[in-house]
Amino acid sequence: MVAVGQVKSARASRAGLSRVTIYRIVALVIIIALWEGAGASGLFFRGVIPSSIFVIAALLRLLGDHVFWGHFGVTLFEIITGFVIGSAFGMLGGLGIGMNRYAGQIFEPVVEYFASTPKVVFLPILLILFGIGVGSKISLGAISCFFPLALSIAAAVRGINQMYLRVGQSLNLTLMQRVKMIYLPALTPAIATGLRLGFGIATVGCLMSEIKLSNKGLGHAAMQAYGRFDIPTMLALLIVIFATAALGNILIGRLIRLPGPTNRRITQLPAR
Amino acid sequence: MLASILRPPPLIARTLVFVALLGAWELASLAGMVSRFIAPPPSEVFPAIATLFTDNDLVAAFLRTFGEVFAAAGIGSILGMIIGWWLHHDRTAGRAYTDWIAASAAAPLVLLFPLFLVLFGRNAATIIAMGAVSALPPVILKTKEGLDNVRVVLIDVGRTFRLTRWQQVKMILFPASLPTIFTGLRLGLVFALINVVGVEFLIGFGGLGLMIAELGDRFEIAGMYAAILFVVLCSATFFFLTEKLETWLLSAR
Repeated sequence: MVAVGQVKSARASRAGLSRVTIYRIVALVIIIALWEGAGASGLFFRGVIPSSIFVIAALLRLLGDHVFWGHFGVTLFEIITGFVIGSAFGMLGGLGIGMNRYAGQIFEPVVEYFASTPKVVFLPILLILFGIGVGSKISLGAISCFFPLALSIAAAVRGINQMYLRVGQSLNLTLMQRVKMIYLPALTPAIATGLRLGFGIATVGCLMSEIKLSNKGLGHAAMQAYGRFDIPTMLALLIVIFATAALGNILIGRLIRLPGPTNRRITQLPAR
Repeated sequence: MLASILRPPPLIARTLVFVALLGAWELASLAGMVSRFIAPPPSEVFPAIATLFTDNDLVAAFLRTFGEVFAAAGIGSILGMIIGWWLHHDRTAGRAYTDWIAASAAAPLVLLFPLFLVLFGRNAATIIAMGAVSALPPVILKTKEGLDNVRVVLIDVGRTFRLTRWQQVKMILFPASLPTIFTGLRLGLVFALINVVGVEFLIGFGGLGLMIAELGDRFEIAGMYAAILFVVLCSATFFFLTEKLETWLLSAR
């Protein structure tokens, strides 16, 4: 019975696969056609929706331009530094409020409500504290990244099978041993989810502060292109930014191999 | 006895921690350890909230921001529910596009705002469009999830009663998937709020976000802290209320 069901679903997925691919190609064609049509229609100001050929040309030009790679390096440095700092604190905070029930009762609502606030409003304070250089960008990225990690890990810690913890107690494990042998393995999916959400949000934090006030980085370059009304270059920079975020997300997913079939996909939505 | 003093109820403990932090901040400022141009003490920040009402028209900024948020979330929710229903209804489309939508939920969508800036100009349309776009993924995903997970037995009961397609939707599919859909709507609303305030701040247009940017540019540091505090309180309250509304609606069913 089960075997029949499996064969059936396998056959259906094989037959459906080509249809899915067709659907995807159709969607891409429609999106490109809409873009080109809107650009050619004259409904928008001239040059606001440049043909995708110009955008690709601008992208290729950027990739051969050493000034662009300078901006790219600065942004990458900011995102990674902010991400590392924010996730380290986020993991510690999540473990803290997850492992201690009382601490969780006190601080978890605070973390949860802060998680739903727009972090970019803290930027003026960070600008005063760290200046308009990379410091304010890194700190905003780190602050943004803290919350998804802390929340997803705290929730996962509470979800750990109590049996494992009792076994740990019977074996007289020290705190470090418990973290290493019980918490970390049980938390891998939550850490992976948190890290992926955190990376996206750290990217938003760093890029938003670059866009607001900076003299380096991809956000700065995009705003400069906007100022010159060089829309193809601006869009090419946006493509680079989104590709970087997507690549980071995939890399993190690859680095942390997820055990179990249920955890392969991000099911939790970020609160920015 | 001692235990209850050492471990007061969480609400009281939380308040005590806040008071202690504010006190430490005030003392540090008094002792000259923190410059009041960097972090003005609470005794200057809290009165500055009152000044925001009188001098900066806080009420108007608040109404404007939340008007934009509800417009954005409204557009995003309607579109999102339609798309979610379509992805549920057309299974091939669901398989083809759900992963894309899930990927866009983790993508830094707000960084698309320069695109909307050139399309619509520096005005409320850009802000609302950006908010609506960010509200879309959670609404789509949760609508589809809710409809997909309606128990087959419920649908079969509908068949037994020979319900028409519309009756099936109205009496079975919609009520059964409502809790999940509502979670999506709530997330969409929160995402819209975060992105509306963020874009306001970045493009210097609109309500609360613009107010923070302006106060910062004018170096009215106490006022700026007060405005940031106000926005944080607003969004936390907003989140709290939508959460309560969700539990209330679900318990009233």
